[in-house]
This record gives sequence, structure tokens and C-alpha cells, in this order.
Amino acid sequence: MTQRPGPNSVSAHVDNGEDVPDSGTSGASVSRRLTEEEFDRYSRQMIVPGVGKDGQLRLINSRVLIIGAGGLGCPAAQYIAGAGVGTIGIVDGDVVEVSNLHRQVGHAASRIGMKKVDSLITHLRGLNTLPTYVPYTFHINPQNAADIISRYDLVMDCTDNPATRYLISDICVLLCKPLVSAASVQKSGQLIVLNCPPTPQGRLDRQYAPCYRCCFKKPPPPSSMLSCGEAGIMGPVVGMMGVAQAGEAIKILISALHIPSQDHSIPLERNLAQPTLLVYTYELENAVGPYSFRALKMAGRKKNCFACGENSTLTLEGIQSGTPNYEQFCSLPSPNFTLPPDERITASAYHGARNRGEIPNHLLLDTREKEHFSFGSIDGAVNVPFGKLLTKAAAIKREGGAASDILPPVEESDVAEDTPIFVVCRRGLDSQEAVEKLKELGVNNGGKRRIVDIVGGMKAWKDEVDPAFPWV
Amino acid sequence: MADSTEVPIRESETPTISIAVDFYGGLHTLFGKGQHKLAIPAADKSGNPATIGFLVTHLCETKMNDPRTELFVLDGHIRPGILVLINEADWELEGEEAYEIQSGDNIVFVSTLHGG
Repeated sequence: MTQRPGPNSVSAHVDNGEDVPDSGTSGASVSRRLTEEEFDRYSRQMIVPGVGKDGQLRLINSRVLIIGAGGLGCPAAQYIAGAGVGTIGIVDGDVVEVSNLHRQVGHAASRIGMKKVDSLITHLRGLNTLPTYVPYTFHINPQNAADIISRYDLVMDCTDNPATRYLISDICVLLCKPLVSAASVQKSGQLIVLNCPPTPQGRLDRQYAPCYRCCFKKPPPPSSMLSCGEAGIMGPVVGMMGVAQAGEAIKILISALHIPSQDHSIPLERNLAQPTLLVYTYELENAVGPYSFRALKMAGRKKNCFACGENSTLTLEGIQSGTPNYEQFCSLPSPNFTLPPDERITASAYHGARNRGEIPNHLLLDTREKEHFSFGSIDGAVNVPFGKLLTKAAAIKREGGAASDILPPVEESDVAEDTPIFVVCRRGLDSQEAVEKLKELGVNNGGKRRIVDIVGGMKAWKDEVDPAFPWV
Repeated sequence: MADSTEVPIRESETPTISIAVDFYGGLHTLFGKGQHKLAIPAADKSGNPATIGFLVTHLCETKMNDPRTELFVLDGHIRPGILVLINEADWELEGEEAYEIQSGDNIVFVSTLHGG
């Protein structure tokens, strides 16, 4: 470390375009001098105990694949590039939108509409020109996953849906790649290192690291799943998870733990014998502490695991030809509502009826969350968030009380027992369930009052009636 | 640890056991808060020792302030996509729903997230 690199230093970086440098010795301690630029650039991390020149060379000789260039992938990629990982592949088929920018810090207002992968690589080159960046401007799928992943030493799952998460994990098991997986939605985040050190499928002679399926055997039903687009996401929450992913990946590479355990003699105690799920909960209700990070101990590889367990039938060929079917596995039946046609009205028909004065006296309930309602609503709409409506309905059922208590307080003179009620929500699902609930409670007064769902919710209102409506 | 948190049991009342139940990954919103210190009945109505299965029903009936029980329970079982940890261990190692709850146990429910 005291020696400055001389003029004979050779750079290990060969920028050969789209191709990933082939390095059979990737991750091994390649002995060479650092270039002057490498020395200057990485000095602050190299002097950290445990890194040193050997650790830095391992990073430089490593190839990391980041799948997803969004809220997790952007911060993760920044630190992976900054640390000097030699080859960085990035996979994503989406383009940059303005609603990404509050959290996807690798993009920019000037790059809206550009492929996220190209935008992020532009940003990363601004930080560090030394790594080779490999763009994959499409989504990963069962047909292309193995080919892409096989070119890398370590995979970071920065995606946003369960089908892709199971696919990535399965391929990582079959190709013996460590996987650093994180997820985040609204005010929660999770992080786990999987399949590290990587161990061939079916080996169970001692404790091995789990894969995604060992930890998360079954996906949640789609009805209980929230996406960032629906539930929202706090930038720092997902950002923290992405940064932590980079931290874990760097540790693994510096320690050479990404090399399959059959090929090296790293002592057992370094084998992440205790897999850990980090969970982060961010409370907006309690603005000052308590901070909630918790590291939950997870079990190791499971004997009966579908992917890595004893009698697994999972193969690369199978995956490529459609077995297992990831989409089907992750879209188990959910309660899907459809009310009869006479209890529904389209947004444009409702608008027309209002304009023609056909429904002078009616109640319009908007069951979106109050945050959504705060951006705008149809004239005269009253906000009764869906969760609150259900809670109230349950209380009335349990404790008795007038069914009409569930309705918002309105002038008595405005509401007769046959005053129709229209219900609108965000996309048209909750409103149908609300109609059912109100009928169940008898709010329809034995059929005297019509209770009608507005088909497609405020999304349809925006599409059919008011294009300027601020729908989120 | 288990002894120090035990609540005194009086013969005349239904014996209870003190446990800590934690919810993560958004589940806390169904139960008002993330961390709960609870005294639950030591046995179910038929006199069988309280198990995780019993606890799940008990939580739905007494602690859930959101009527959407299907976000926690489906067909009488914990819904897929929720991890259950018993004293920091995967519940599969402990017998899943059949595990008999002990005084001082820490039961953690984590909903798996997928966003990113």
C-alpha cells in the first residue's frame, strides 16, 4: 500500500462494448498493481481494515448484475459503480417518468422518456468511467434470464414483482450465483442475502444458505399485494434498502464469498451461517423515533425446497420452456367482484345524467384514501375511505346501531330514504365491495334506494370525462 | 427471561400467558401498531393448550381493528406471503400452527414485500 503504482501498471478494464469480459478467475486475488487513477479513486475505501489492495482488486475483477433500475437499483448501482466493481450489467425495460424522480436518484428531469438503463448508465459514467457498463434495455424473462445471469458473479434483485423475484432466485440457484434481494413499498423495506456462498442445487450434507423460495415459499395473493404505484413509496425508505444491498454485495465480493463453496476453502464460520432478514419500518405517525430496524434470523436451505432442495426438478431447460409458470404461480385466484349491470354506471353516463339534471338529489361517496381524495374529487363527493367504511360496517354489525350511521353526516332535508347513492373509488374494485357492504347493512332500504357503482373509478372519470383530473 | 415476564395465575380465572407479538411489512396497520405485549388465554375453549393457530384466531377476534381479515388469514390459515417467526426462528422448525405457545414467547409476523 505504500508503493505508488509505476508506469508499467496495466488496467484490467477492457471495454469491449456489449460483451461482458470473460474472466474465469473473476473474484480471485489477481495480483497486479493498481493504476494511479484506481489508487487515487479508491484510496478512501481501500484503507478501511478488511479491504486493502486485495479487496479492491476483487471488486475490480468482479461482475455484478443489477436487475431493475428503479428505486432500489439506482442507489444500489451508484455505490456499486463508486466502489469500482469492474463490470456492471443493468436490466430494465422501462423508461424514466417524472413520478420516478423523487426516489430513483440515478435518473434526471432531462432524461424523462429515456430507457431507465441508459439513463442510469449516463449517471454512473458521471461518477466513475472505469467500470464496463452493460445495458440490457428490456425486462428479464424466463427465456433470457439464464443467459444474462450466467455472465455475472453476483446478482442484485431490485425488481418490483413476485413473479420476477422467483424467476431470478431459481436461476441463481441453478447457476450458483449469490443473490442480494431487497424490496420496499410505502413505509417498509426488507433485505436478505440469499444463496451465499452459492451451493449446487440439492446439496444438503450440511447447513447451506437459503434461496428465495426457502424463505418465501408462496407468494401473497395479488389482492393483498401493494405496488409502489398504488400504495406509494417514501424515497428514503427504498433508497436505504438499495444502499444496504450495495453494501452487502461489496462485502460478499471483497470476501470472495461469491465463489461456489465447492471450489474454495473458506472456513465454515464465514459462510453466513445465520441468514438474516433485515426489516425496516418507517413511521410517519411518530415523527421522532423510535427507529425500527430489526434483523430477523432466518433458517438455512430447506430440504424440501422446490428450487434448491433434495428432490428438486427445477432445470434451466424447464424454465426456458415455461416450467414452472411464474405468472400463474404468482396470480392465484383473488376475490374478483363484478356487480350486476343495473348496479353499475359508467363514469361518462354518470356525468351525462348529472348534466341533464336526471339525478338532482343523490349522495356521491368517494372511497379512496384521504391522501388521494385531497388531490381532487368530483363536485359534491364525500370522502369515506374504504378501510374506515369497512370498520364502521363491522362495528354496526357487531354492536348494532342504525345502518345509516355509516353515511357521512348530511342535511336531513337533502336525503330521503330513496335518495340514490353513487360510489366511486380509485380504479373500480373497492367501490363494488362498498356497494355490497351497504346493501348488506340495509342502507338500500329494502330496494327503495338505488346504490350504484361508478365503473372504473376515478381513473375512468379521468379517461372519459376530465382528462385534467389529478389522478394518482 | 420467560420466568420474569410470567403473569401471576389465579386459579379462579382463565390462566393467561404473556407474550410479545410484532407485526412488520405493513401488517402493523391492521393491528393499530407494530409491537404488542399481550396476555392470551393459556388454552382454547376445548381446553387444549394455546397454539399459533389459536393465537391467529385470537388476534383476528380481539386485536384487529381492520375488518379485512383476509389480509392476515385465508381459509383459517395465515395467508401466503406472511412469514412467521417464533423466538427468532422460522416457524417451520417449530411445528407451524401446532406450536404450543410458551410464556415469554416472541411471535413475529412479517408480510413479504415486492415493490422496488
